[in-house]
Amino acid sequence: MLLLAAIPLLVLQQAPDPDVDWDAEFGVEAEIRDSITGELPVEPYDRSNANAGAAPFAGDSMAAHFNGQPGIRRVVDRLVDLNLADPRIAAIFAGHDTVRLRRTLFEQFCYILNAGCDYTGRDMRASHDGLGSRKGDMNALVENLQAAMGEEGVPFAAQNRFLSKLAPMSGDVIER
Amino acid sequence: MNGPGVSASDEAATEAFLPPDQAAEPFAPSIDYSGKLLLTNGVTTIEGTSGGGIASWATLAGMEERGLGISAHATLVLLPDFTWQSHGVAASFGNRIELSYARQNFDTNDAGAALGLGEGYTFSQDVFGAKFRLLGDLVYGEPLLPQISLGVQHKRSRNDAVVAALGAAEAEGTDVYVSATKLLLSRSILANGTLRLTKANQNGLLGFGSAAHPDYGLQFEGSLAYQFSRRFALGAEYRSKPDNLGLGEDGWMDLFAAYAPTDFLTLTAAYADLGSIATFEEQRGAFLQAQIAF
Repeated sequence: MLLLAAIPLLVLQQAPDPDVDWDAEFGVEAEIRDSITGELPVEPYDRSNANAGAAPFAGDSMAAHFNGQPGIRRVVDRLVDLNLADPRIAAIFAGHDTVRLRRTLFEQFCYILNAGCDYTGRDMRASHDGLGSRKGDMNALVENLQAAMGEEGVPFAAQNRFLSKLAPMSGDVIER
Repeated sequence: MNGPGVSASDEAATEAFLPPDQAAEPFAPSIDYSGKLLLTNGVTTIEGTSGGGIASWATLAGMEERGLGISAHATLVLLPDFTWQSHGVAASFGNRIELSYARQNFDTNDAGAALGLGEGYTFSQDVFGAKFRLLGDLVYGEPLLPQISLGVQHKRSRNDAVVAALGAAEAEGTDVYVSATKLLLSRSILANGTLRLTKANQNGLLGFGSAAHPDYGLQFEGSLAYQFSRRFALGAEYRSKPDNLGLGEDGWMDLFAAYAPTDFLTLTAAYADLGSIATFEEQRGAFLQAQIAF
């Protein structure tokens, strides 16, 4: 009986207006991707190669092991793809601007490997701030990077040499 | 539909920039992953703690960075005149503290008869270990700051009367050691140095100290290993030992190969030179070990 009595109320109930812009209603500012780069805007910061967090290798042997800029590009794209598909750490990357991540990560790797790039991203502490990364997350990322480098044919000793430039950054990357 | 932060007007324009993986999967489920990198839990030592086979390292057993890590091992050392067998378990928590237990059985085979102990007489002891990681990280952080751990090993011989007859002062003893271990990624080399205060005779199997040498002595353990791949490493170790009983006890050394066929299993094969044991010279042979770790 109660159910029957409720039916007129349900019929009378007004359906929500499907055209309400809830972002506007709640004052959420729209972030607009750059029409050329496709990247979301970031707060201004000082650009410097020092933000890469490591001094580049001397000479061009490391760049050669990575098959130059095209090889570094493949390693970075593969690394980002593996991370996004990796249930261990995908959540860390899910809310991220991966367009910008692919560009800045490429610049960082290319700069450190002395393959002829400048790094224009933020420093390691700023770029990892608030991600809540732990050492296990870093280990998962290292494994994915090893897989990406392996697929590119980078010799294991050269992989480790590259990791030796990244490993000291752990203090700025790991938060908990 | 409006996604957060992207207005309807430019959504079509930005869609082209978004990689398909990102567009299709807005959020992935998170799991609380805290696993270690392969081989960074080391190879269980003959004393049951994480290390390189005969030398203890600053590493901790198990494959967990944050939670409870567990490992179990079985070791066989085949020597000309003796057979060494040991097995045990170790657990670590938060990659900070490790507790371990190992049982060692040292079969004298034919030598037992020659020593007047009887054919196949077996020396046994229990080793209870605790290790605490003080500072540093094996892989990350400062390249020149190793992982440093402090450990204790309490050993109890199960042959009290015989080790006393051999001249040992005590049938049980406690070792204290400090280890520094680092994976030098730029060279793919793992280096370890350990300083140990001990009075153990042949690791404690022949008791501890003697009437002439009742005190603790400082001993050294060194290891160098080269990492050929994520799953394979070759290394060498040396461990100095006291000669309290005056039997000409030598330092131990080994050349080892460690291979991880899966993420949970490490197989180690070594050529071990344990020198003179109970007056039987040139005890060189094969060290074989299987270790599972989670």
